[in-house]
Amino acid sequence: MSKLHVSTTINGEPVEFLCDPSASMLDALRGPLGLTGTKEGCGTGDCGACSITVDGRLVCACLMLAVEAEGHEIGTIEGMAQGDELHPLQRKFLEMAALQCGICTPGVLMASRALLEKNPDPTEEEVRFGLAGNLCRCTGYDKIVRAVLETAAEMREAAR
Amino acid sequence: MTDIRYVAPSTLEEAVGAFAAASGAARILAGGTDLLVQMRNGVVKPGTIIDIKKIAEMTAIEELPDGRIRIGAAVPGVVLAEHPRFGKAWPGVLEAINLIGSKQVQGRASPGGNLCNGSPAGDSVPAMIAAGAVVTVQGPGGRREMPVEAVPAGPGRTNLAPGEIVVAFTLPARPKGSGDAYLRMIPRTEMDIAVVGCGVSLTMAGGVVTAARVGLGAVAPTVLLVEDAAKALIGSRLDDAALEAAAAACRAACKPINDKRGTIAYRIKVAGVLLKRTAAIAAARAGGN
Repeated sequence: MSKLHVSTTINGEPVEFLCDPSASMLDALRGPLGLTGTKEGCGTGDCGACSITVDGRLVCACLMLAVEAEGHEIGTIEGMAQGDELHPLQRKFLEMAALQCGICTPGVLMASRALLEKNPDPTEEEVRFGLAGNLCRCTGYDKIVRAVLETAAEMREAAR
Repeated sequence: MTDIRYVAPSTLEEAVGAFAAASGAARILAGGTDLLVQMRNGVVKPGTIIDIKKIAEMTAIEELPDGRIRIGAAVPGVVLAEHPRFGKAWPGVLEAINLIGSKQVQGRASPGGNLCNGSPAGDSVPAMIAAGAVVTVQGPGGRREMPVEAVPAGPGRTNLAPGEIVVAFTLPARPKGSGDAYLRMIPRTEMDIAVVGCGVSLTMAGGVVTAARVGLGAVAPTVLLVEDAAKALIGSRLDDAALEAAAAACRAACKPINDKRGTIAYRIKVAGVLLKRTAAIAAARAGGN
């Protein structure tokens, strides 16, 4: 069974890799690409732990074939901080302890960023709706939601 | 998942050729939100995966000069939500499509996939049926059109001929005074599969319904067009008697199953309730147009 060659862009860098035709994008990220910040939870699109962006749109990496990355722009949690500088969401999650075991955190951060890019001033309900595709097995939702709302307020203030 | 071949043709002719040549061993990949899960669970083991997203027609949203809107079968929900005019013309169809899964799923899931997956509980299907949408299908025998309600054949099955691929949905031009809506009943507030789904599209003039269509999901082996419910609404001012007659028609159309989400009796009752609520929203929207 021959491997397929894929040329794509990940976090702004051109990347080439080989994959099996049936490999998921999650398999490729965590395998040959060594980007293990994207987590595998359910593998069936229910938990959101593998949330990435494709051309800026949020998707589950487990529900996408690796070969479909060809020619597209992929964003993962590894691209969220700029060098040593954490994204405001990452900083606020640490400050407010908006994580427990942490396995859902990369996916939650990716989904939160996608939400705030579209809606910089969400209500609590909109945050909960925007993150409905991200399951936290520790059930620590409340701190997550509060951290997203706080970050949104901070980012709005910074943008003034 | 071994020995799969992946092809991503750029023309429909190539896709149909590959699909027909595989004689049943191929699967069409649009958003993959059902297909990849089915492959992972071992429910389907395709020999070939045909990715249709490189075919321009499959991912296009076109506003035709006569007011109709044509949506490529593989357009994901998020793209329809971002479109500046689609949701204004068809808010009910859009809300139905956007109810399919999470934001992540919306990034990939398409109305074509929702229809072809053949689930009686597919959220976009009752709304598309209510809208009077027509699908364009292309296969080895050429191109044909069929109303959305003619596509589902039973759970997981469609009336598409071997080698046929759904290409696009065409929604009719909207006369003045039209509105549509979709509601689904689920035990949770989000991220669940419909216990009952109801789509209603109305056109009204001077407070009187001049045209109506009703689609009902998750209450029979296929999503249903409920013509008797539409007849009960047409000519009425959506008074209590007309709404009750339409609700009764919906209840009469139900042939549901008992499952963990709802019993037969519950689904039948809810079908009538949802019809009334959905019609009220569609009427309010019609009044605003």
